[in-house]
Amino acid sequence: MSLYLHNARLIDPEAGTDEIGALRIEGDKIHREAVPQGSDEQIDCGGKCLAPGIVDLGVKVCEPGERHKESFRTAGLAAARGGVTTIVTRPDTIPCVDTPETLEFALRRGSEVAPVRIAQMSTLTKAREGREMVEMGFLKDAGAVAFTDGDNVVTDTKVLSRAMTYARSLEALVMGHPQEPVMSAGAAVTSGKFASLRGLPAVSPMAERIGLERDLALVEMTGVAYHADQITTAAALPALARAKQAGLNVTAGVSIHHLTLNSLDVGEYRTFFKVKPPLRDEDDRVAIVEAVAAGLIDVICSMHTPQDEESKRLPFEEAASGAVGLETLLPAAMRLYHAGALDLPQLWRAMALNPATRLGLPGGRLSDGAPSDLVLFDPDAPFVLDRWSLASKSKNTPFDGQRLQGRVLRTFVAGQEVYAHNA
Amino acid sequence: MTFRAQHLLGIERLSPVEITELLDLADQYVDLNRRDVKHSEVLAGLTQINMFFENSTRTQASFELAGKRLGADVMNMAMQASSVKKGETLIDTALTLNAMHPDLLVVRHPQSGAVDLLAQKVNCAVLNAGDGKHEHPTQALLDALTIRRAKGRLHRLSIAICGDIAHSRVARSNILLLGKMENRVRLVGPATLMPSGIAEFGVEVFEDMREGLADVDVVMMLRLQRERMDGGFIPSEREYYHRYGLDSEKLSCAKEDAIVMHPGPMNRGVEIDGTLADDINRSVIQEQVEMGVAVRMAAMELLVKARRAAPREVMA
Repeated sequence: MSLYLHNARLIDPEAGTDEIGALRIEGDKIHREAVPQGSDEQIDCGGKCLAPGIVDLGVKVCEPGERHKESFRTAGLAAARGGVTTIVTRPDTIPCVDTPETLEFALRRGSEVAPVRIAQMSTLTKAREGREMVEMGFLKDAGAVAFTDGDNVVTDTKVLSRAMTYARSLEALVMGHPQEPVMSAGAAVTSGKFASLRGLPAVSPMAERIGLERDLALVEMTGVAYHADQITTAAALPALARAKQAGLNVTAGVSIHHLTLNSLDVGEYRTFFKVKPPLRDEDDRVAIVEAVAAGLIDVICSMHTPQDEESKRLPFEEAASGAVGLETLLPAAMRLYHAGALDLPQLWRAMALNPATRLGLPGGRLSDGAPSDLVLFDPDAPFVLDRWSLASKSKNTPFDGQRLQGRVLRTFVAGQEVYAHNA
Repeated sequence: MTFRAQHLLGIERLSPVEITELLDLADQYVDLNRRDVKHSEVLAGLTQINMFFENSTRTQASFELAGKRLGADVMNMAMQASSVKKGETLIDTALTLNAMHPDLLVVRHPQSGAVDLLAQKVNCAVLNAGDGKHEHPTQALLDALTIRRAKGRLHRLSIAICGDIAHSRVARSNILLLGKMENRVRLVGPATLMPSGIAEFGVEVFEDMREGLADVDVVMMLRLQRERMDGGFIPSEREYYHRYGLDSEKLSCAKEDAIVMHPGPMNRGVEIDGTLADDINRSVIQEQVEMGVAVRMAAMELLVKARRAAPREVMA
């Protein structure tokens, strides 16, 4: 099957361009020659944006273990509707993905039922306990794209340094969660006036810098390729900049929630705004947006974390952390675009090109021969989000009832249309 | 009537006018409570349920007495021993009680915001009797009434709140109330017991107690909340007492007629000298307890009247 998509605003993150043009999809490849072939189905994109599909680094699918919260089928559906063509899944399931067998199970389930591509991460240590490293060689051969214990920070630096050294020898990517775990234990919000007025247990933003500085020292020591899952505070940025200047193999990400919401959004104890790390003050949010624009922070992700109603209908301290984001990542990112903070090629560098490159995946590009994973979207279309309309099994979005702009019109994975918006 | 609040969840959402109205009514109840026959029928036929998810003696007794003196049917639920232990969620407990048609729910809970959550799920007036480290509005109101009666006014006073500010819901409610009524609030205590973001609270902060107490009208002591501490806030109780315990020597820095307050229960010899606490010329600690009953009577009456005045809510 072949398609000719014309009259489209092509968002090319590699070239950094945003201009009207056309491209062809033949099978699972993109062809950039701008002439339709005889057999092509022609699609007039009506001047809407055509960009590489989003590569979402760090999605919790809840399978195995908590399929009532999310499954590969529903996560895949949500991804397709959100313009996400590759889900990079977190290993913090029940049981966690720490053996080649569980990894193969997850990949097989994903390929059977999800309409988008699945890349699976493995834990760094067995059972995420921070004591023994996993069988990194086997897991890498089975397809693990990165190794992370998620928000279970490995406190034993000896264990972590060995795991990093071993990972370096395999050229495997280690993903850390920069957070001083003792300082942030039990914290529900970021410290400050708001936290004190609400009487909620809080953590200083400095806990992130302390965690990051430690991890970066170990990266310097071991030479491992390292990705910080979420950098959310201005205080952590100088350390990240120094590490990059020193030539360490380091990248960093941030969730869309930390780029578009701040600590005050918690308001009257709204638990859908409880995420990990907690939402930060406006000064931090602005600094992080600037860091993305400057390329200091490489990746924007959804940190999709489904939680059922019961785990959120609790007093704030007891409520579970996390928000779903696969379907709202693109419209929320459009807030940054419409605010003039980031242009579309910059956004797609952070949401598609950089995560793909970092994980060694071929997607995230519009270049000739790149996989035909594409999203066609209208960056201006306004709507009010109703959380019950989401495809995810869990509806815990902080954007419920909010006005958003940006609607996905079509999503293609390997040349196949996996979602089309019915206007 | 200007009191429109449907719940008393915190001082944050009360206006100065509502606070004044409540205190004026409480003044009348102080008189009633000093009579031989202390009974009114204002809440006759209404049901008040006290739900205490956290231990309390004085607050629960005060609310119970307040309800009974106004003629309400009062029930105490010992929540720690009940269905909560069987795994029922807070919301289910609330819905269960709500189905019994109470008119007033008095709730104390160890977690900040839990009373707000509960109030969203019931269709009766909810009074916050203390939630975590968030608010304890009736305590701030009874403190305000005590100050107003002792000082003749509740504005342009200099008030020092001393000790464990970080863990204290009493301090938060008092900072809000005294600020709304245009007083100068000072916080005195070690930096480890100050909440974060304190510089933005519109208060003055002192780490030296003698400086903090200089020329104040009111000294409000707080209990050192050892049960809320997860370690390492102060080196020892004796050093704390030496630096921040209120004794007559430190009190001499305050105005000559400064009053001494404490929300109780006191740790004598930790935050306050026992003799000073009992000094009827300086300490108004007993008056605070007395005002507590009157303030709670006034709060319940106003809430019930505000509910009657408001259009009937439909339970979702």
